[in-house]
Amino acid sequence: MENTDIYIGPEPHIEVHKYYSGVVPAAVVLALVLQAFFPVHFRWASYLELPLLVTLYFALSKRNPSSGLLLGMTIGLLQDSLSGTPIGLYGIAKTVVGFFGSSIGGRIDVEHPVARFLLTVVFYLFHRVLFVMTSSFLLAQRREAFFSLPILIAAVVNGILAIGVFSLLDRFRKPS
Amino acid sequence: MIAIPSRHKSLTLLAGVIVAQLLLLAVQIKRQGQVRLIRVWAVELMSPVQRASSWVFYNLGHGWGNYVSLRHTREDDQALHAELDRLKVRNAELEGRALEADRLATLLKFRDAHTDVPMAAARVIGGSPDSGSQIVYIDRGSRDGLKRDMGVITPDGVVGKLFAVYPDTSQVLLMGDKESGVGAMLAGTRTQGVVKGTSKPELLMDYVSNDTKVSVGEEIYSSGQDRIYPKDLPVGTVAEITTDRRSPFMQIMVKPSAHLDRLEEVLVLLTRQDLEMKKESEASPAAEQASPVPVKAAESAH
Repeated sequence: MENTDIYIGPEPHIEVHKYYSGVVPAAVVLALVLQAFFPVHFRWASYLELPLLVTLYFALSKRNPSSGLLLGMTIGLLQDSLSGTPIGLYGIAKTVVGFFGSSIGGRIDVEHPVARFLLTVVFYLFHRVLFVMTSSFLLAQRREAFFSLPILIAAVVNGILAIGVFSLLDRFRKPS
Repeated sequence: MIAIPSRHKSLTLLAGVIVAQLLLLAVQIKRQGQVRLIRVWAVELMSPVQRASSWVFYNLGHGWGNYVSLRHTREDDQALHAELDRLKVRNAELEGRALEADRLATLLKFRDAHTDVPMAAARVIGGSPDSGSQIVYIDRGSRDGLKRDMGVITPDGVVGKLFAVYPDTSQVLLMGDKESGVGAMLAGTRTQGVVKGTSKPELLMDYVSNDTKVSVGEEIYSSGQDRIYPKDLPVGTVAEITTDRRSPFMQIMVKPSAHLDRLEEVLVLLTRQDLEMKKESEASPAAEQASPVPVKAAESAH
């Protein structure tokens, strides 16, 4: 049988972005520090999910499922380590988000602010479903609602924030 | 040889990574603990950054409050108000310092009133990246003699307990976390129950039977039964009472005594020795006013 490789990578017309060295770890550390810092001083900041925004941004931009899922895993495990949650809860959720974010980023153009807003809202809710499923069904922790009004508000808030954060991170791209 | 398409490689990697994390979760559940090494690495990596950012934000906040936000006022009438602005800046700076000094003085006074109970003052340097849990980081760790499950308080009341202790930092599980629980009792009837976190501003006191006489505004104190918090520390006040015919217990919503949403400095109890709370009332008339129910002298030290 003839060996036939089918190309399933990024669409040829969609650009894969590269970043200056140190941008990705710096963004990850900054997101985790701010995520830990803001809610202590500002109550509204508990709506933010900066580590998810960073995971999603680099997944959508790099468009490589393997690196997307590995970055998601790293951010998730760090978030678990710094939280009181069992290690792996955020890890699994962000691994899956990183994988699917990269897969989608490789197929559609995600540079438009509206597309970024919608993708963030959808991935925020997807992340929530994964997190609740893992904690409820696998760890038998207290069952939480998948969706509620505060969750939907948080999804929209993060969607709006993503427009600004993503365009800020765009500035650290290497010129093509 | 058949080449594996790149998508299959990613899917295989995804499956492998998820299975590895599921195993990690399973190990933690089986051991009823945490994978401590990973946490130690992560916390040791992040805590210097957290300290630095806490310092930067603290000073930026002061800079903003003392200079930048007043710039517009100065521009309005710089010539006429230059002196006034200078005084405003100075005043704001002094007020900020006075507030901090007040907080520290209250903390010091409380500690001085309980010199027989060893405790360590600590500053809150960060929170949890998980918005669902109520955890804060403090700038003291095992090098300062802190250990897991030590009680954390402020002069206002119970704050939480040490959840994890690292060399220079510790995680405090706040009383408001849904996984948190405090052995408590009603001041009036001395009826015991458990105050649990709800991840909301209010707490929930459970296991108080429906026939107990409880009134809104009644004080709630720690019972000492949980072997973490000493007896008779203020926990909160009754905010709302609901009864359900199907349950033998009433649900009591509790307003916490300590300001869990704006903690800046806390005290860690280095032993489980009971505190003589009366001393605090004598030391601080304001505290006595805030706590109209006299707190019975606690039992002697263990």
